[in-house]
Amino acid sequence: MNKIPNIKVLNNRINTSEKVLHNALRVIFTLLVLLVIWQATVLLFKLPSFILPEPLSVFERLINRIDILLKHSWITTQEIVLGLLLGLSMGLFFALQMLLFKPVKRWLLPVLIASQAIPVFAIAPILMIWLGYGIASKIVMAAIIIFFPVVTCCYDGLKNTPTGYLDLANTMQATKWQLLRYIQLPASLPTLASGIRVAVVIAPIGAVAGEWVGSSQGLGYLMLQANARMLIDEMFAALFILSTISVALYFVTDKCLNKLIPWQL
Amino acid sequence: MTVIANMLLTTADTKPLYSPAITIEQGAIQYQQDTQPVLSGLNMQMPAQSWTCILGRSGCGKTTLLRYLANLLADKVQWSGELSTSNQIALKGQVAYMAQQDLLMPWLNVLDNVLLSEKFSKKTLRSPSKVQQYEKAIALLTEVGLADKTQELPQNLSGGMRQRVALARTLMQDKPVVLMDEPFSALDAVTRYKLQNLAHRLLKNKTVLLITHAPLEAIRLADQLYILHGKPAFASALSLPKQQTPRELNAESAALQQRVIQRLEQDYE
Repeated sequence: MNKIPNIKVLNNRINTSEKVLHNALRVIFTLLVLLVIWQATVLLFKLPSFILPEPLSVFERLINRIDILLKHSWITTQEIVLGLLLGLSMGLFFALQMLLFKPVKRWLLPVLIASQAIPVFAIAPILMIWLGYGIASKIVMAAIIIFFPVVTCCYDGLKNTPTGYLDLANTMQATKWQLLRYIQLPASLPTLASGIRVAVVIAPIGAVAGEWVGSSQGLGYLMLQANARMLIDEMFAALFILSTISVALYFVTDKCLNKLIPWQL
Repeated sequence: MTVIANMLLTTADTKPLYSPAITIEQGAIQYQQDTQPVLSGLNMQMPAQSWTCILGRSGCGKTTLLRYLANLLADKVQWSGELSTSNQIALKGQVAYMAQQDLLMPWLNVLDNVLLSEKFSKKTLRSPSKVQQYEKAIALLTEVGLADKTQELPQNLSGGMRQRVALARTLMQDKPVVLMDEPFSALDAVTRYKLQNLAHRLLKNKTVLLITHAPLEAIRLADQLYILHGKPAFASALSLPKQQTPRELNAESAALQQRVIQRLEQDYE
């Protein structure tokens, strides 16, 4: 009956390649402008290289030391990704407990808020003692720092299931578990997705902070070492790689989430 | 043709749950936290296998009544009075529910939305197989004119199409009683008219309770018409034109509509 093609889909298809090109151009342009400002600042104020190195020397360092940088990047990436997985699963688990058992919520919520009030830097040394200088302590750091936003987003998403959906399922004689499995969990996904987006951005903070406090590898460790030896260009190179990892992780996650959860409530 | 018709008749007869008449005597509903009942002195007859419409202005308690009958208010309200069905089976478990919002799950495609109730039904040896259910769902979607949309997500459909999917989902449940809470009210005039006719045709053998604030809709579709008015609200029956439903609108129905509106108007004074 209704044979008019979906205009939105059609437009999307036509514009996709054009959009990608535009986006890429915009990113490249922004980067170029930043580089020019950077170089101009160095030249204009005659800054010595241990305060602000020239972009070119950073780039040179990046190329020369790429093997070392990549080795440490791999460690940090592992910490971030494993921390994300741990924090997300813990967050989801606790949100479910809070939804299903009212007393758990009453007891757990103050603890959660208190845990959020303690700066993650302050507990880092304790974690080093407990879990050692390897990647375990950094994974836990990243997990702790994302735990709170994930729990709250997930719990809100589960709790705010549209009542109409629940009514409908109730008239279909759904049990409590079926409600959770088929209605509440899928309905919470868009809210949970915002939690995941936030988590992906802040998880690297936890990992790198952990490396600063005590480690023998990772980008944070590399930056500390470079700092001690006044190798500012190496610090910048590490910083550049770290932000590239963070940004890439965010965009990949965002794309995946949009693909997997294309609906809005 | 006649053979098929006979077969249909016999299967309908042997069905354990035929659509019952529902009777309410001296019904009263009060929310737990309220001091005054929302509805009281409620006497209603909903004849078997026909449409009962309840008219009332917004906030008069018609949704409360419907939600109570759908067993959605069990722990929130106090009920007193008689509620009986002619087949002696409790209403709970016999009802399908259609709301003003289509309540399609945005993460399920059209077909899976129609099949939603199967996720919750208890599996017994006699329950139909997955393939049978799938075929039935496709047949129902064809019936409501959406056979080519089975794989679409609800967000890609128009309001009328979505409500037709909701109708197919209700039919898939195949419950003897269908409770409708203004399911047509958010649609434009032509879509609403077509959907009313479609629902009327497809829900022929069900006991339907439709609540609405649109007099015209009630007059078109009702075999039995009640107005809810007063505070606390009670129901009074109105006589309807003799024509078959869905009725064409003519002078008689226009006059009836006028009377209904006057009756409802008294409530505002």
